[in-house]
Amino acid sequence: MSGGVDSAVAAARAVDAGHDVVGVHLALARDPASTRTGARGCCTIEDARDARRAADVLGIPFYVWDLAERFERDVVEDFVAEYAAGRTPNPCVRCNERIKFSALLDKALALGFDAVCTGHYARLVDDAGTGARSLHRAVDPGKDQSYVLAVLPPERLAHALFPLGDTPKAAVRAEAAARGIQVAAKPDSHDICFIADGDTRRWLGARLGSRPGPIVDTDGAVLGEHGGAHGFTVGQRHGLRLERPAPDGRPRYVLEIQPVSNTVVVGARDALTVTGVDGEAATWCGPAASVGDRVGVQVRAHGEEVPGTVDVVGPDRGVGVRLDRPLTGVARGQTLALYDGTRVVGSATIGGTRRVA
Amino acid sequence: MTAYLDHAATTPMLPEAVAAMAEQLAQVGNASSLHSSGRRVRRVVEEARERLGAALGAAPSEVVFTAGGTEADNLAVKGLYWSRRAQDRRRRRIITSAVEHHAVLDAVEWLAEHEGAQVVLLPVDGAGRVRTSALQAELEAEPDGVALVSVMWANNEVGTVQPIGEIADIARRHGVPVHSDAVQAVGHLPVDFAASGLDCLTVTGHKLGGPVGVGALLVRRGLELTPVLHGGGQERGIRSGTLDAPAAWAFAVAVEIAVAEREAVTARLTELRDDLVAGTLEAVTDAQLSGPVLNGGSPDGGADGGSRLPGIAHFTFPGCEGDSLLYLLDAQGVECSTGSACQAGVPQPSHVLLAMGVPASRVRGALRFSLGRTSTVDDVRAAVTAIGPAVERARRAGLAAGTS
Repeated sequence: MSGGVDSAVAAARAVDAGHDVVGVHLALARDPASTRTGARGCCTIEDARDARRAADVLGIPFYVWDLAERFERDVVEDFVAEYAAGRTPNPCVRCNERIKFSALLDKALALGFDAVCTGHYARLVDDAGTGARSLHRAVDPGKDQSYVLAVLPPERLAHALFPLGDTPKAAVRAEAAARGIQVAAKPDSHDICFIADGDTRRWLGARLGSRPGPIVDTDGAVLGEHGGAHGFTVGQRHGLRLERPAPDGRPRYVLEIQPVSNTVVVGARDALTVTGVDGEAATWCGPAASVGDRVGVQVRAHGEEVPGTVDVVGPDRGVGVRLDRPLTGVARGQTLALYDGTRVVGSATIGGTRRVA
Repeated sequence: MTAYLDHAATTPMLPEAVAAMAEQLAQVGNASSLHSSGRRVRRVVEEARERLGAALGAAPSEVVFTAGGTEADNLAVKGLYWSRRAQDRRRRRIITSAVEHHAVLDAVEWLAEHEGAQVVLLPVDGAGRVRTSALQAELEAEPDGVALVSVMWANNEVGTVQPIGEIADIARRHGVPVHSDAVQAVGHLPVDFAASGLDCLTVTGHKLGGPVGVGALLVRRGLELTPVLHGGGQERGIRSGTLDAPAAWAFAVAVEIAVAEREAVTARLTELRDDLVAGTLEAVTDAQLSGPVLNGGSPDGGADGGSRLPGIAHFTFPGCEGDSLLYLLDAQGVECSTGSACQAGVPQPSHVLLAMGVPASRVRGALRFSLGRTSTVDDVRAAVTAIGPAVERARRAGLAAGTS
């Protein structure tokens, strides 16, 4: 229970479904802020209170569990390391993978619980015949969070509960209000929960140091200087201070970040075009994909889904897809999620992209 | 059925105190008003003051009502520091123990950060007892530079009783005022302000069957304290604010009963506590009782030779996290505490245990059971029955989380 409306309503539905529910607020920040400032950040002391009050309304026990150490190690440090390596991490994916459905779930199972229930927008479907469980997109496409849950294997999904998957967000808020849950109108938190002011570049600069370095084009010609390579993302157009415009007069985009040389490579939009994506450390939410499978491909948390064909399934947990139509700005370190209709087939961490040029 | 074993956190109100308070709640009057209604309420406050003073060995003029123990501690520590420094700028050192309640420690730290105080934390031994030799040495080193000494009478987490008589003696000999937070001691140990040699003493209502929200600082006649709260000048200007007459009345009633029945209650609690300890150590063979050892009581009724509070049994359970234990016991209806202050509901490692030299690995699995006047054999039985399985599961959870 984060103190937000989604987890509050999820808990309420779990109670109504007859489960024995205990509300837990995760203390993940080492030094939590006292109050929320708008929609940024999460898990302040004010949020903890909002969660507690929701638990009061539902009549369930409430505890605050400190997982700050694990979170720092498994999510925050990973975030920093990925940027240092020139990749663009998705910490929400790591949090689900390593904290919510790992550290927290393991603790819960040991203490006698059967499942962790969250307010994620996703659906779990259990096959009536085989009993096999699959993860599906939520009915609200704008809020669907199956992408950040696609990293969970079947043995973790077996102990998960997502009561909100079948409801649009607006209806969830209305339900909260009807149930007398105070946070019905509380803004959703977005961006990264541990970067309260939303300024990722500055946060990374503080952690990794910002050294000026060259911005170059694909031929190696120096076009300008950046104040620190970290915080740039592949596909980014803004924030580039270039001394010389491109010969064709068109905007340039970040193609690559080379942390060792502290160089940012830019180029025309075409150069961002990607015809295939290769992933590593694949997790399958059910049976593994096979070469030749037709899949829906999503490479960003709120990105479009593009049809494609699996053309690599490696023994080392590698997977590759060839896209039916190209995508732009696919960043290494993000998650590659594969769908079969609404069903999540699996996911992998993007290790490389296949460019047109 | 709930077994409440958290009396050190707060106690159920005595029926007599509830009745006393309810009776006064119906009266209207500000004790500072000069008319009959005001005087009527004022009389209630003054009688409460006398009764409280009599029960604790203090003259009425030595009783300053506050809104509880935390406020009384702050008034003592800050009030003494500021007045002593005003008299002599050299007096910057505050000597206190490493095991004080946060109401003293945090006030002292604040004075260090904002008011130029220098803090000396007296170390404690493995049982949590202050080494009086350390106090002696500190005072001898530079007596003119010390503002005050503050050492709690008995520790709220592990139950250690401090050598208050000795501490007060040493401080007096060097001309330094000494304060003691006695909130856990009153009703469990003989507390006589006049005989103690102390300059200030904190007592609070809700630890001894009185209401929450009222306490008192006993202040030796003639001692100057700079007020923390300014306003209407109540309590001889030391503590402004409209007096809570109903609460003060209920407080006085509770203190009287607690003091009068101390010996009988203590004897019963000691027996229950000993059973709780024996049962727990049997159920969990590697559990460790924190604080001074039990010596099974002495013939004169002073159990443990007066070295520990009768009702507190604090344990460490290796391989467990406090929050897991709390949850598992709570789910069984056994209510206790990890014994440490909570920030946003998350237990922090206890500074008391750390000061006692308990290794960091054990500090995580700490649990405090505290008995009180309403505790029964059923409470003890519930705790002893629940603890074994709870520890087993908590250990599994500790291993699962990779923290052990």
